[in-house]
Amino acid sequence: MYINRVNTKILPVEFKYFAPKTVSEAASILNRYGEEVRILAGGTDLLVKVKQRLIEPKYILNVKGIEELRFIEDRSGEIGVGAATKLSELVGSEIIKEKLPVLHEAAEAVGSVQIRNMGTIGGNLCNASPASDLAPPLLVLNTSVKAYSSSGERVIPLEKFFLGPGETVLKPDELLVEIKIPCPPEGTGMSFLKVARTSMDLAKANVAVAIKLDGNTVKLCRIAMGSVAPTPIRLFQTEKILLGSEFTDGKIERAVQTASEEIKPITDIRSTAEYRREVSKVLVRRALKKAYERVKEGEING
Amino acid sequence: MGEIIEFTVNGLKRRIEVEPNELLINVIRGKLGLTGTKYGCGIGECGSCTVLIDGEPALSCLTLAIEVDGREIVTIEGIAENELNHIQEAFLDQGAVQCGFCTPGMIIMAKYLLNKKRNPTEKEIKEHIKGNLCRCTGYINIIKAIKEAAEKMQNSNVKAISKEL
Repeated sequence: MYINRVNTKILPVEFKYFAPKTVSEAASILNRYGEEVRILAGGTDLLVKVKQRLIEPKYILNVKGIEELRFIEDRSGEIGVGAATKLSELVGSEIIKEKLPVLHEAAEAVGSVQIRNMGTIGGNLCNASPASDLAPPLLVLNTSVKAYSSSGERVIPLEKFFLGPGETVLKPDELLVEIKIPCPPEGTGMSFLKVARTSMDLAKANVAVAIKLDGNTVKLCRIAMGSVAPTPIRLFQTEKILLGSEFTDGKIERAVQTASEEIKPITDIRSTAEYRREVSKVLVRRALKKAYERVKEGEING
Repeated sequence: MGEIIEFTVNGLKRRIEVEPNELLINVIRGKLGLTGTKYGCGIGECGSCTVLIDGEPALSCLTLAIEVDGREIVTIEGIAENELNHIQEAFLDQGAVQCGFCTPGMIIMAKYLLNKKRNPTEKEIKEHIKGNLCRCTGYINIIKAIKEAAEKMQNSNVKAISKEL
C-alpha cells in the first residue's frame, strides 16, 4: 500500500476537478472522459482509496452540489430517493421512517454521525462493497436504480446491479441518479441486523428480512445478506423453504441451515469464512423472528 | 495550477489558493495555522479532524479543500467566545481531557449535538461521539462533561429568562 509520507494531507494523485450543478452537465463530462473519471459522492470511500493509491483518477467529478440529485419523494406506492441524498438525510426523513423503517434502521447502522453526514445512498451502492449496510434492505424491498447518460436513461433492478467487490453494471458514461423503492405490501414485517467488531465498523455480516403472512402461512419472504459473498445477495433457496409453508420453529431452523449453505463467505481482515457461516445462522434466525414479531405487532396496532 | 476559493472560517472571510488534490485539513492547519483541529488516522476512523461545515459535522481529512468554496466552517478555535465556552469548561471540570488529541473533535461533536438538542440522553451523547476515538479517558468523563454542559446551558437559559421577567 503506497502512502504519501511527506504530507498525507494532500492526496498523492493529481487530477482535474469538476463540480457540475446539473445532471446533464455531469453526464457530458462522463461522456467525454469515461473511464478516467471517478465520481465523488461522499468521499468516505473514494478519497481513502485515492490516499492509498488503490485508484489514481485523472478526473474527479463531484456530484454533491447537484441539487436535483437530493430528494426523498413519496409517490403512490413508491419512494424515490435522489442518488446524492446523504445517509443523514435518510435517517432524518419521516417518509423513510414511516414507510421503509428497515431502510431507516440500516442507514442508522452505517459508520458515525460524521460519516453519515458525508456519505450518500448512491455512493454507498456504487462503491459496491459486499459489506454495504444499505444493499440488503434495498434488495428485500425489490429496489431498482436509474442510470442516466447522454444517450438516455435505463432502470436496473438492484439484484442485477452488483458484479463483484467495487464493480457494478454501470457503464463509464453512466451516472446513478435515482433509487426507486417500491413500498412493501400492507402487513409486511421487516428487520435488519448487523454484526461488526464495534458499531462504527463495517459488517462482518448483515441481513435484511421481509415477510408477510396469511394466517400463519408465509405469503411473501425475501432475505438478503451482506459481507457473505462477493456482492450483497438475495438468499433465494432459503426464501423457498419458507414461502407457502407455515411459519414454525422447525421451518425456521431448516431455513437457517439452508442460508448457511447458500452463502459464499471468505476469510478477510474482518472475519473468517467459518465464523461468517456460523453467525449467519444466528442473524437469519433472529431477523426472521424479529420480522415475524413486527407482522404480529402490526396486526394488533393496525 | 491552483484555484482561488472563498469561504468563512470561524466568522472570518478567507480567500485562499488551493490545489484540487489538497484536503481541507491541510488548509486549516497548514495554511491558516489553526492547529487545534487534529490529524489522526486520515481515513475517517478517528474523528479528531472533525469540523462543522455549514453547521454539520464533517471530517476535514476526507473533504477536498476545493469543495468548501462559499461555505462556512467552524473549527475548535471558533467555539470559544472571548472566554471558554461552557462545553470546554465542563470538559475541564470533569477531567475529560488527558492527552487532548481527541478533545477538539469531541467538543465539536458536543457543540453540534447541543445545538440540535438542549437535553440529550446518554444514548444520544454516545451516538454522537462514537466516531471519535479517545484512547486515554475511557469516555466516561467525556460523557459526564457533555451532560454537565447541557445542564449548565439549561440553567443559564433559566437565569436569562427569569432576568427578562
